[in-house]
Amino acid sequence: MSASSGKIDPMHQFEVQTIWDGFTIGGQQIAFTNSAAWMCVTVVVLWAFMLGGLKRQVIPGRWQMMVEGFTGFIDSMLMQNIGKEGKKYVPYVFSLFMFILFANILGLLPLGVVGVHPFTFTSHFTITGVLAIMSFSIVLIVGFWKHGLHFFSLFVPHGTPVWLLPVIPLIEFVSFMVRPFSLGLRLFVAMIAGHILLKVLAGFVINSANNGLVTGLGVGIPSFALMVGVSALELLVAAIQAYVFALLTSLYINDAEHLH
Amino acid sequence: MDAEAAKLVGAGLAAIGAGMAAIGVGNVFGSFLEGALRNPGAADGQQGRLFIGFAAAELLGLLAFVVAMILIFVA
Repeated sequence: MSASSGKIDPMHQFEVQTIWDGFTIGGQQIAFTNSAAWMCVTVVVLWAFMLGGLKRQVIPGRWQMMVEGFTGFIDSMLMQNIGKEGKKYVPYVFSLFMFILFANILGLLPLGVVGVHPFTFTSHFTITGVLAIMSFSIVLIVGFWKHGLHFFSLFVPHGTPVWLLPVIPLIEFVSFMVRPFSLGLRLFVAMIAGHILLKVLAGFVINSANNGLVTGLGVGIPSFALMVGVSALELLVAAIQAYVFALLTSLYINDAEHLH
Repeated sequence: MDAEAAKLVGAGLAAIGAGMAAIGVGNVFGSFLEGALRNPGAADGQQGRLFIGFAAAELLGLLAFVVAMILIFVA
């Protein structure tokens, strides 16, 4: 985003830039990008957060309470949605939830002020798509492992009237196959939309202030106030999207565990 | 109208979808609150379903956004 030309480029923040050129395998470049760098940052921050809370004190301190709050939250969510079979999915769903939550929040941090531009890697379909495919393959593997070919009865809910039998399996099949797409799409589009909105408003502030005092006061200050509000909303959205991803994953796993 | 202008008009029209999703999300939370105030004891148990409804309503609004982005940057 350049202030001099007055042109706002809200999509620039989503560009993947190469930090280290890496090497090539079969003509494909394997590079270390800012996306990969921020994934590493997320993992390190998450690791530090968890290590600080894993002291196993009988009387937990504040930090341990925070970590136990998160684990208890995911644990009770899986208990509610899957039942006691849900216990074995706690590690996966917890990692998924925390990784997405930390990624979303780290991407929102105003580190650009000190010259470090955060990259929200959850705003790319390649990343959310892989996360969604992971959840989807767990559903498929668990479903076929536990129920064998009986898993296909998922497409015929109990009590389907006979005259609907030609239609319902088709609809259920489509709605089943569309799950990984909707799961990945929701997270990445929500992140992209919020970040574009913030950048557009930021562009309003810069451009109106450059234009003169009157527009700076009349347009810049309301835009800035709106930006503060939207930032708060974005923090909420970051948490809700992580929660929704984990919730839908647990619902899909429930389908695989118990069929309908 | 040339194709470039039609694309931008289409992208603007896709914003209607975002407004519709706003109605949908408002409906989800409004109805939940209405029910929750009548029976606060049952409200906490339904939070999961609340967010499923929210996610479903929101997804359709986000699809409208995707349509706009495809029209501007891809088509």
